[in-house]
Amino acid sequence: MRKPPQYVPGEARLPLLLAVLLGLLATAAIILQMGLLSWIIARVFLNRSTLSDVMPAMLGLLAAGVLRAALTGAREYAAREASTRVERTLRLDLIRHLLRAGPAFTRLERTGELVTLATAGLERVDAYISRYLPQVALSAGSPLLIAAVIFPFDTLSAVLLLVTAPIIPVLMVFAGSYAQDHIDRQWIALSRMGAHFLDSVQGLGTLVLFGRGRDEVERVARISERYRQRSLKALRSAFVSGFILEFMTAVAIGIIAVELGIRLLNGAMPFDRALFILLLTPEFYRPLRDLGMRRHAGMEGKTALTRYTEVTSAPAVAWNAAPAGSLPRAPFTISLVGVTYRYAGAAQPALRDLTLTLHPATVTALVGPTGAGKSTLAQLIMRILEPDEGEIRVNGLPLRDLSPDVWRRFVAVVPQRPYLFAGTLRENVLMAHPDASDESLREALRIAGAEAFVHALPYKYETLLGERGARLSAGEAQRIAIARAILKDAPLLIMDEPTSHLDPESEAAVREAMTYLTRHRTVLVIAHRINTVATAQQIAVLNAGRITQIGTHDSLLASGGLYAQLVRGSSKIEVLP
Amino acid sequence: MSTSLRLLRLMRPFRWQATLAVVLGTMMIASSMGLLGMSAYLIADATYRPLLVLLTIPIYVVRLASVTRAAARYAERMVSHSLTFRLLARLRTLVYQRLVPLTPAVLLRHRSGDLLTRLVADVDELQNLYVRMVSPAIVALLITGITTATFAVFSPLLAWAALIMMVLAGAGIPWLASLLDRRTGTHLLELRGQLNALLTDTIQGMPDVIACSAEDRFTGRINDLQSAILREQRRSALVSAIEQALTDIMLSLSVWLVLLLAIPLVTQGIVGGVYLAFLALLLMASFEALQPLGEAFQFSGRALGAGTRLFAVIDAQPAVTDPAEAESPPASGTPVSLTFDGVTFTYPDEHEPALRDVSFTLPAGKRMALVGATGAGKSSVLHLIERAYDPERGAVLLAHRDIRRYALEDARAMLAVIDQDTYIFNNTIRANLRIGCPTATDDALWAALEHAGLADFVRDTPDGLDAWVGEQGQRLSGGERQLLAIARAMLKNAPVLLLDEPTANLDALTERVVLDALYRLMAGRTVLMATHRLIAMERMDEILVLDHGRIVEKGTHDALLEANGLYARLFEAQNAVLTDNLTGMEV
Repeated sequence: MRKPPQYVPGEARLPLLLAVLLGLLATAAIILQMGLLSWIIARVFLNRSTLSDVMPAMLGLLAAGVLRAALTGAREYAAREASTRVERTLRLDLIRHLLRAGPAFTRLERTGELVTLATAGLERVDAYISRYLPQVALSAGSPLLIAAVIFPFDTLSAVLLLVTAPIIPVLMVFAGSYAQDHIDRQWIALSRMGAHFLDSVQGLGTLVLFGRGRDEVERVARISERYRQRSLKALRSAFVSGFILEFMTAVAIGIIAVELGIRLLNGAMPFDRALFILLLTPEFYRPLRDLGMRRHAGMEGKTALTRYTEVTSAPAVAWNAAPAGSLPRAPFTISLVGVTYRYAGAAQPALRDLTLTLHPATVTALVGPTGAGKSTLAQLIMRILEPDEGEIRVNGLPLRDLSPDVWRRFVAVVPQRPYLFAGTLRENVLMAHPDASDESLREALRIAGAEAFVHALPYKYETLLGERGARLSAGEAQRIAIARAILKDAPLLIMDEPTSHLDPESEAAVREAMTYLTRHRTVLVIAHRINTVATAQQIAVLNAGRITQIGTHDSLLASGGLYAQLVRGSSKIEVLP
Repeated sequence: MSTSLRLLRLMRPFRWQATLAVVLGTMMIASSMGLLGMSAYLIADATYRPLLVLLTIPIYVVRLASVTRAAARYAERMVSHSLTFRLLARLRTLVYQRLVPLTPAVLLRHRSGDLLTRLVADVDELQNLYVRMVSPAIVALLITGITTATFAVFSPLLAWAALIMMVLAGAGIPWLASLLDRRTGTHLLELRGQLNALLTDTIQGMPDVIACSAEDRFTGRINDLQSAILREQRRSALVSAIEQALTDIMLSLSVWLVLLLAIPLVTQGIVGGVYLAFLALLLMASFEALQPLGEAFQFSGRALGAGTRLFAVIDAQPAVTDPAEAESPPASGTPVSLTFDGVTFTYPDEHEPALRDVSFTLPAGKRMALVGATGAGKSSVLHLIERAYDPERGAVLLAHRDIRRYALEDARAMLAVIDQDTYIFNNTIRANLRIGCPTATDDALWAALEHAGLADFVRDTPDGLDAWVGEQGQRLSGGERQLLAIARAMLKNAPVLLLDEPTANLDALTERVVLDALYRLMAGRTVLMATHRLIAMERMDEILVLDHGRIVEKGTHDALLEANGLYARLFEAQNAVLTDNLTGMEV
């Protein structure tokens, strides 16, 4: 199973290790540099050496500087390489997992949030992996290295440094968690205030039409000011910790300078040694201070990493391979026996003890009030969900024995709100069957009643669709989805509210397409609009997860009951317990 | 005025605070320079003139510098964060102020709220204008000045050396890096844009991806894009590594150079040897001011982009304006009539008119339906009444007067609008309702809720009127949202009611509930309803059938059915199979 958020993918470990190693080597170069520097200054200052006297050392100093720079650059590259690799692995992993968990999972989470995680969120992991993590190691390694070098030269200074060093991270953690507490408590209020501007902008149209535009300008100003005050209050404690950090560091440097000075006075220490120690002191504290600064950016990345781990740890549908030779053959009889399904955290099951048979080459319609469980049923048949109890069979073969991706090749779906992908219209229709010929494409669009509007488009089949492309109306999008289903030519067809967003003309066009589609196939149509389903061979009425009536349009009308009510239209429907 | 200047001008109201923050920032680094420089001098002097009493001043300075550094840091952070939040507030207020007169037109021009979401993101980015760009630049300049001046006391040669090196390190290197990175940078942005679009498609379109068995294809494409990005990222990392190395070497090189120049000066007796260490450490400490400049360069590129986009939106001319002398609207409570007189209208970015020579009269208190296929022009009629735009020919009349003669606010006060996608604000139910009437008492709110049929729902919700709804709160179902919109419209109590496909997204049962409430709302008002759901049409006083921007049929439901034209066809198409009359509704 996955480890907690400290999980770092394998291929990133080597570069990270390298980054830390290079960082330590850079520190060694700095030590060399400072050693040469202090030697040179001491010689010139005390021994009155000339430039030519110290030239070799000067060249050495220059070389040390170049070495240090090269190591620093290499360290940066290694760290970035680590995060580049991590980003790629995590992203692919995440998408694969999401695809397996399927829409059932993404339905429960907010897709917007998942998209943010997959895009911006994983980008931030970079700051955590390439900046923060190596820094943590370096802030332990570098100071130790420096202290170790100073130790043989001057025990007192080394001890002073080592004693003061841990105080800084301890303070940071302490003050950091205090600040976090503060922010956490305010978080709901702060996040509402932060989201307020976006909310006002998105609702701008409504506000202006209600004459509230000018009031809102004032509100934006007021809330922004309150946000400022609250945030500052919350941040104050974080700043105090920064204060203490700086203060401690500066005081430490001061103390060391003074104690060095006093011993110099007494002649107890040579100048170059004292200068060497003084030069290394700020270097000693630098990694610790850098850690503090990089912490915030690192935390954002860590949050993303935690969320990623959460998402990928969620159980996915078990994939079992179909034993060869046992693939079902069209036409299909789909039988559901005693199927029960309950959504996680729901009080009532969405479907209870449901038994229904979809006969080959017939249309079964599923009607019922919203929330009755109709879409759940479709998802169970598509194996996006697994029933808690009961079984679904195709031609007698349990669906469980087929792997979901194999099974879905036999199912064509026309969803309620078809998604149009960023790509050409052609690519969108060919989605289900990328190798289809141009002829089949045209034929599919014709049958779907989409030919007319496609030809009216400026670029016809090559028209770009999706977020940045042309906007199709709901009716046009629906017809594209129907064309997709026609092209896929699968033995089982599921249509979920195919006409709910359409104007009467589009609806008629779609109904025509349906007549074509429903021949020789097993079809399940889910609908609210009665006129879409009235010609079905079998109509099942679903209410509160149970099938309450089954029959044809005429027989159900005659028997009265829920179906008749739905047809006649009454707002008083009794919902079964 | 260029974008950068305009961005800087945004900071004008805060110039004193900004100055304070800059001073504090400079003090912080100067303290550090003093601390280290004086420490170096301290130990040099101690060797040179071993008298404790002579060291008291350096010791004192060292102690002082410790305190001022920490204090300056704290104060600087408080001030600059406060400044950042203030800047954010100002940006938001400014943008919103400019957006209000541009609405509703600006919303219609830019699709799917994409523009507006990006605007909000751009504003967020710009709040860092001070703290990431302006402040580091000014502090770097000041510190360079201080260092150069200090060096100048010892020798002009050294001062020049320090100056040149600091300028090279502070400005030269980031500039060089941005040159190297430019192509990679834009290419990377492009690739990331493609990847993000693909990821969005895969996640939001997942049901379709799965239904089309396209998982492998999508994963494959993501993999390919990711590999391309990897290559670009490596290039970018190389540039970044070079930049780091160069910055680092500038520090070493600067100290080295100063030393190279200073040693002969010491030998010649121009500069005292006791100051060598002081100068070296001073210079090293001053480089702290140059560190944030690399990022500042990068940020300024982004800020310019954000600023350009921002100004493009808010500089737009409003499509409609208040008249120089506004006419007073009819007294409240007076019924209002609506007339279109020969109206022709084309949307700004389009070639074909959306409405052609449309004329009709809707007497006060009557109900009219606008019917037709999508794109026939129904919404355009409503947009013109809302004065999102003005017609290019003809006039829209409210209460017998050209709508352009009223103040925009007064005209809109006469309208209550309900469309198919009611926006619920991130706020309490009470606040959402009060948009209709800010001074409404709780009793009035409950009355409106009863009338709209939502009262039971609100009573059953924990927190009732104070329940938080919207994005971050409870999500209301489609029907509940429309009923809330109806309650809100009731509170506004406007004489004219405009409905734009109010039940389009609802299932048949919820549709009936909402229609019931709508008809209650319609009582006593002038109503114009655009719809393609031909339900309960006999309750409309007149029906207008639009096709490609023209009125092609006009009449009552029965008359139009008899005439057997477009309306009759639409009606039949909708109810093709059923023989029962669907349109009977209990009043």
